[in-house]
Amino acid sequence: MSVRVIKDKCVGCGACEAGCPVGAIDVSSGVAVISDACISCGSCINACPCEAIEGDTVEKKEASIADYHGVWVFAEQRDGVLMGTAAELLGEGRKLADKLGTELTAVLLGYDVSGLTDDLGAYGADCVLLAESDKLKDYNTEAYTKIIADLVCERKPEILLIGATSIGRDLGPRLSARLYTGLTADCTSLDIDPETRGLLQTRPAFGGNVMATIITPNHRPQMSTVRPGVMKKAEFAPEHKAKVERISVEFADGEIRTRVIETVRSLQQTVNLIDAEIIVAGGRGVGSAEGFKLIEQLAETLGGVVGASRAAVEAGYISAEHQVGQTGKTVRPKIYIACGISGAIQHLAGMQNSRCIIAVNKNSDAPIFGVADYGICGDLFKVIPMMIEEYKARK
Amino acid sequence: MKLIVCIKQVPNTVEVKLDPATGRLIRDGVPNIINPDDKNALEEALRIKDENPGTTVTVLSMGPAQADVAMREALAMGADEAILLSDRAFGGSDTWATSYIIATAIKKINDFDIIFCGRQAIDGDTAQVGPQIAEQLNIPQITYVEELTVSGDKVTARRKLEEGYSVVEAKMPVLITAIKELNTPRYMTPAGIFDAYKKEVKVWGFDDVPVDPEKIGLKGSPTNVRNTFSPDAKGHGMMLDGADRMTVKNLFDRLDEKHLL
Repeated sequence: MSVRVIKDKCVGCGACEAGCPVGAIDVSSGVAVISDACISCGSCINACPCEAIEGDTVEKKEASIADYHGVWVFAEQRDGVLMGTAAELLGEGRKLADKLGTELTAVLLGYDVSGLTDDLGAYGADCVLLAESDKLKDYNTEAYTKIIADLVCERKPEILLIGATSIGRDLGPRLSARLYTGLTADCTSLDIDPETRGLLQTRPAFGGNVMATIITPNHRPQMSTVRPGVMKKAEFAPEHKAKVERISVEFADGEIRTRVIETVRSLQQTVNLIDAEIIVAGGRGVGSAEGFKLIEQLAETLGGVVGASRAAVEAGYISAEHQVGQTGKTVRPKIYIACGISGAIQHLAGMQNSRCIIAVNKNSDAPIFGVADYGICGDLFKVIPMMIEEYKARK
Repeated sequence: MKLIVCIKQVPNTVEVKLDPATGRLIRDGVPNIINPDDKNALEEALRIKDENPGTTVTVLSMGPAQADVAMREALAMGADEAILLSDRAFGGSDTWATSYIIATAIKKINDFDIIFCGRQAIDGDTAQVGPQIAEQLNIPQITYVEELTVSGDKVTARRKLEEGYSVVEAKMPVLITAIKELNTPRYMTPAGIFDAYKKEVKVWGFDDVPVDPEKIGLKGSPTNVRNTFSPDAKGHGMMLDGADRMTVKNLFDRLDEKHLL
């Protein structure tokens, strides 16, 4: 534990107890006691009026950090098609680069992908680092890590953004471990601290029940993965051209120890939450797989798709493809109907940008009502059948 | 074969509630569980053990002393050995520092063919520690594994992607991260529970694992939490009175007005 109470100075006022986001402090016998639940965020240090709480201070290695410049974006492609995250990260990366007064670079790896460099320029990249080789045709952890790690060591970008896809979440941590730098997973917003010029990386934390802003004060590059669908795509401006630089690709014998035998694409995505205009989602309040049939009925009646909270998926009521939230899909439909979902931040992170949110929940205190445009406090098993009837009557 | 399974004891975050008055977490009475994906990792190791006599399964965890309960549960499910990395000096570690401590402990164990981790823990949701351990040990990794075959000195894994899957092959030693689709974790058996409390859970502290003190804890962690906050509620919501037919009609009138339906 790196946050300590100086007992002689503590007056037992409880300001730290109220200031702790995770409830890790209790005042007992007139002195604050920090439990193992402490996450070392330092909120209590600021909250204490008596300077009775201290934390480890981390020294800065200013000299080396000043050598790092520029914002890089990993431009993920699959089968020669850019993933949506590339345009989203370039949109966000452009803002960060402009705030820092620096260049935006897209890093593109693959085989026969040079045709994509124009698109990356049009989405705002100033430079494209292009590594093309048949060895990079399929995503391979070790091959991609080596190329990007070598580039980072040589050229020293201050920020590196990666889409939080199943590929980005495999690549990011491997890279950060090799580079001995920080990686913040699944960020929902990014900004620049005007004082330190450091990257402020905000994400849901502790099971998605609070938001945390993470910094990487002394290591570079500052790395983040960003959830697909969270950031707005960059405008496509065909007149904007990027400078393209080819990177040579060589691997030593034995450097690549995994082999991709085949990649199989499902013909259709069975659950297309991302493009759905109407989503009817169920949570733990639905109670059973049987109960989800009612959710399906409403979705079918309205021409929508079924979503679910993590609690419902974990309980086995419905498969993980339906999951909406920080761990599942991020959605922004026209109408989102949340049934029996209490509204953990983990879930809200994935659906709060929906145009109209309707919540049905028995508990009037449920946090979901805080983000809902319309709330109905009642039993979903009574309300939903009435909704189905009402909709049919209007048709 | 020698298999190592990394597990984490986590608060069952789906049970965590916000205090509506203060907007803060209520953590009292929240039960601790073995992280769900880690249970799939453990099950896969136990399945391989069942099919390959002579295989041993070691569970490894980092956390406070209370994590003993999770270690006992893993033993009761069928693990042979349990090691808990527990020391105040390890506290405050981010994913980099955590993976460094765990990788150093695995180097101390030395002998292993496959390391299993869960994809991600429900309290942090980073999915970073598994790949970071693999890198620190300089072994290949296959993440998001939904199907695994072991044959000779090789593993073949089906890795789940957003729109399908890829089949990846690697020579052991290798690190695998498990997802829910991989298997259904077994239950503890009464005999297993009985045995689990006869077995020893080894506890390794700072002095037992040769880590660089500069690279652990808050000090050794590249990332720091700057601040935490409760997100702003949208705040323009409207509670519709009642929960009867008139309420539902009122709702649909409003949706019609806004041309949403």
